[in-house]
Amino acid sequence: MTYTPKGSAPPSAPPAGPVPAVPPQATHASRSPVAPPAPDGGPPRRTAFAEGVDQLRAAATTEPGRLRIIGAVLALLVVAFGSVTAWQMNDRASAADDVLHGSQPLSSAAANIYSSLADANTAASSGFLAGGQETPESRAKYEQEIEEAAENLATAASASDPDSESGQRVRELNELLPEYKGLVERARVNNRLGYPLGGAYLRYANDKMQQDMLLKAKEIYDNENERLRDDYADATSYPWAAIALGVLALGGLVWAQHRNYRRTNRVLNHGLVAATAASTIVLLWLVAGHTLARSGLNDSYDNGVRSLTVLNDARIASLKARGNENLTLISRGAQTEKVVIDGDEKDVDTFDHSFDADMNDLTKQLAAAQSLADDDSGAKPVKAAVANMEEWLDRHESARAADELGDYQCALSQVIGGRSTSECEAGDKPTGDCFKNVDDNLDIALQHEKREFTQAAQGGRDAMTGLPVGAAVLAVLGAAGAVLGIGRRLSEYR
Amino acid sequence: MSAVRRLRAGLRGWGGVGAMAVLCALTVIFALVLPVSGTRGEGSTGTGGQGVARGTQARTDACETEGAPQDQSLSPSGSATGDAIERIRKNDFITIGVDQNSYRWGYRDPNNTDEKAELEGFDIDIAHRIAEKILGDPKKVRFKAVPTIQRIPALQDGKVDMVVRTMTISCDRMEQVAFSQPYFETGQQVLAPKSSTVKGYDKTLTGKKVCVASGSTALGRLEDDEDAGKAFVTPADIVKVPNQLDCLVRLQLGEADAVITDGALAASQAAQDPTVELTGEPFTTEYYGVAMNLEADDLVRQVNQVLVDYLKDGWQTSYDKWLSPTLGKSSTNSRPPTPQKYSD
Repeated sequence: MTYTPKGSAPPSAPPAGPVPAVPPQATHASRSPVAPPAPDGGPPRRTAFAEGVDQLRAAATTEPGRLRIIGAVLALLVVAFGSVTAWQMNDRASAADDVLHGSQPLSSAAANIYSSLADANTAASSGFLAGGQETPESRAKYEQEIEEAAENLATAASASDPDSESGQRVRELNELLPEYKGLVERARVNNRLGYPLGGAYLRYANDKMQQDMLLKAKEIYDNENERLRDDYADATSYPWAAIALGVLALGGLVWAQHRNYRRTNRVLNHGLVAATAASTIVLLWLVAGHTLARSGLNDSYDNGVRSLTVLNDARIASLKARGNENLTLISRGAQTEKVVIDGDEKDVDTFDHSFDADMNDLTKQLAAAQSLADDDSGAKPVKAAVANMEEWLDRHESARAADELGDYQCALSQVIGGRSTSECEAGDKPTGDCFKNVDDNLDIALQHEKREFTQAAQGGRDAMTGLPVGAAVLAVLGAAGAVLGIGRRLSEYR
Repeated sequence: MSAVRRLRAGLRGWGGVGAMAVLCALTVIFALVLPVSGTRGEGSTGTGGQGVARGTQARTDACETEGAPQDQSLSPSGSATGDAIERIRKNDFITIGVDQNSYRWGYRDPNNTDEKAELEGFDIDIAHRIAEKILGDPKKVRFKAVPTIQRIPALQDGKVDMVVRTMTISCDRMEQVAFSQPYFETGQQVLAPKSSTVKGYDKTLTGKKVCVASGSTALGRLEDDEDAGKAFVTPADIVKVPNQLDCLVRLQLGEADAVITDGALAASQAAQDPTVELTGEPFTTEYYGVAMNLEADDLVRQVNQVLVDYLKDGWQTSYDKWLSPTLGKSSTNSRPPTPQKYSD
C-alpha cells in the first residue's frame, strides 16, 4: 500500500544505491542489463526515481509523511473506482444501445428479408393458380412483396459490411431477385397462353427460391441473431472490475478513518466522510443500476426477442406451407420424391409432402409461442392463430380429398376460393382464408412482442442513464474529500 | 536392350488384349447374373419415366418368347363380362388415371373460365370414347391426375380402373399390369432449337448439354450407351430434371442444348415453343397402350374392342385436332401397324 508510483520511474534507469525490496523495481533492474551501474570513479548519479523512493522511505517514518501517502492513495483509489465504473458502464450502455437501435432492428430487417421473399413466392403461386382470372389484388400483392424484399435488401446492404458474410449473401440475393422475377414472369406468360410450361417455370422459380434464396436469407438472419446475442451478452455482463475497485476504495476509506480515530480520538473527519459517502453512492448506484438494467434487458430478451424469433419462424412456416399447398395444385403430380414412411419407401408428391412438414413446423412454433406469451394480449392472437391453423388443416384435407377423387376444380375452389355448389359444398370455404387469418394474427402478435421488447429494453437502457457521468463526478468529489480530509489532519503538524 | 524393349512392348500389347478379354468376360457374367437377380426388384418398384424402366434386357422369358410386348394383349370382344366390367356398370362411372400436364395429350387449360374446366387432349378423347362404349355416355368418367411414378401402384391398389397416360407397353410392366393393344406408335427422339447444330441422336450431340427426365427411357438409353462405350453424350453433359416438361424450361433458359424424350411428348413440348423442333428420326420404337389391372381380362377385351373401332373411326380426327401441328399431317408413323396380333 505504500509504494504506488511505479509508473513514474523512467523504465531504462538503472537503480543505484540500496535497492529497496519493491517488486516493480526488482523487475526493472533485471530487465535492463544494458545500462550497468557506473563503474568506479566517484559515486554513481542518482536517478529521480531512486531519490523519490528514498524520500518516500524517509517520509514513511514520520506521521505527516504517512498521512500524505495515505491521502494520495485514497484519492487515487476513489478516482480509479469512478473512472473504471464510468468506462465499464459506458460500454454496457452502448451495447444496450446497440441492442435497441442496432442489432435488434437489423435482426428484424433480416427476418423481413426472409419473410418478404417467402411471401412473394407464395403470392406468385396464388396468382398463378388463379390463372387468367388473376385479380389485380393478387398481382399487386406479389409486386408489393417483391418491392419490399428489394427495399429490405437495400437496407441490409447499407447496414452490413460488404466484406462480411452477411454482406456477401445480400449481394448474391440482389443478383438472384431479378432472376427469380424473370422466371415468374415467364411462368405467367406461358400460363396465359394456356401452356403447361407455365407450371414448369413456376416450379423452377419456386425451386430457386426455396433451395437457394431462402437459404441465403436464413444465413443473414442467423448472423444478425448471433450479433444480437453478442450485444446482449456485452450489455448484461457484470462490471466486476468496477465493483472490486469500489469495495477496495471503501475499505481504504474506512481503514483511514479508523486509524484516524485511534490516533486522535476524533470520530469524524468531514472530508473522509464525504469521500466515503460519495464512494458508497457510486457503488450502490452501480450495483442497483446494473441489476435493473440487466433485468430489463433479460426481460426484453426472454419476452421480446425469443417470442419475436419464434413468431417470425412460425410466420415463415405458414408462408412456406401456403406456397407448397398452391404448388401441389400447380404441379398436379409432376414432381414426386421417395420418402421412407414406417420403414417402407413410398413415392409422394414433393409439394404435398413439404406442406405436411411445414404444417408440423408451424404447429411446433405456435406451441412454443404460446408458452412464451406472458400476458393476455400476447397470448390471444397466438391462440387465434392456432385455431385458424386447425381449421386450415381440416379444409386442406377436404381439398386434397376432392383432388384425389379427380375433382380438380373443387380442390382449386377449396384452396383459392370459389362458389359453393351441389357437387362442391365447401367451395366457398378456401384454405386461403385460414392462411390469411394465421398471417394476420401472427402479425398482431409480432407487433405486440415488438412493443414489449422495446419497452423492456428501453427500461434496461434507461437504468444506466447518467451512471457513467454521475460516477465520474462523484468520484472527483470523493477524491477531493479524501484529500481535504487528510489535508486537515496534516495542517495540525504545521 | 532392343530385344527387351521389344518384349516389353509385345507384353504391353498383350496386356491390353488380356484386360479387354477379362472385361468382356466380366460383362458377360454381369449380363447373365444381373437380370436374374434384378428383374423382380426392377419391376416391382413400378418406377420408370415416360418409357420403359431401365434394364430392358431384363425381360421375363414368357414375355420374350411370345414376341413383341405390344402383340400380347387379349383378343377384343365387345360382349366380354366379368368382375371389372360389373363393378364399373354398378358405379356407373369409370375412374381413369390421366396426366394433367401433357399439352395436347392430357391437359387442363388454366384460362378456361367454365366452372367445370375439362381436361383435353388425345388421351382424354380415348378415355371419353371408352366411357361412351362401356357406359353409353362419354361423360361418365372420373379423371384422376396420376403422376408418372404412381401409374402402376394406382392400378394395383384399385384407385383407378385404367390408365390412359402416354404409357409405353413393355415386358417389365406386363408383369404388374395388363395392357390393351397399342393405340399409338412413337420412339425416343431429339428436340432442339431450330437454329441448333444438333441433328438427331448422333455425333452432333457431342459436347452439348442434353436434358432428360430422371428415371426416363431416354436416361436409361444414355447410360446404356455410356456403359457400352459408344456414347455421344458424356455423363457430365446430362442435365437431369424431375419431369420431361422441365427440359423445355432448361432449353429456353439456355441451360440445355437439346432434349431427349418420347417423340409424342417432344411434340407436346414443341407445340408450346415455335422455335424448337423434333430433329432426326426416332431411334427406338415404342407403343402406348391403355393399362389396366392384371386381373381385369374382361375389361382388357372390351377396351381392345373400343380401340379397334376407334382406330377406324375417331382416331384420325383426334390426331388431326391435337397432334398434326407438331407431328406432321401424315399419321402413318404414329398409327400402330396392322394387322394387330393378340396372344390368343
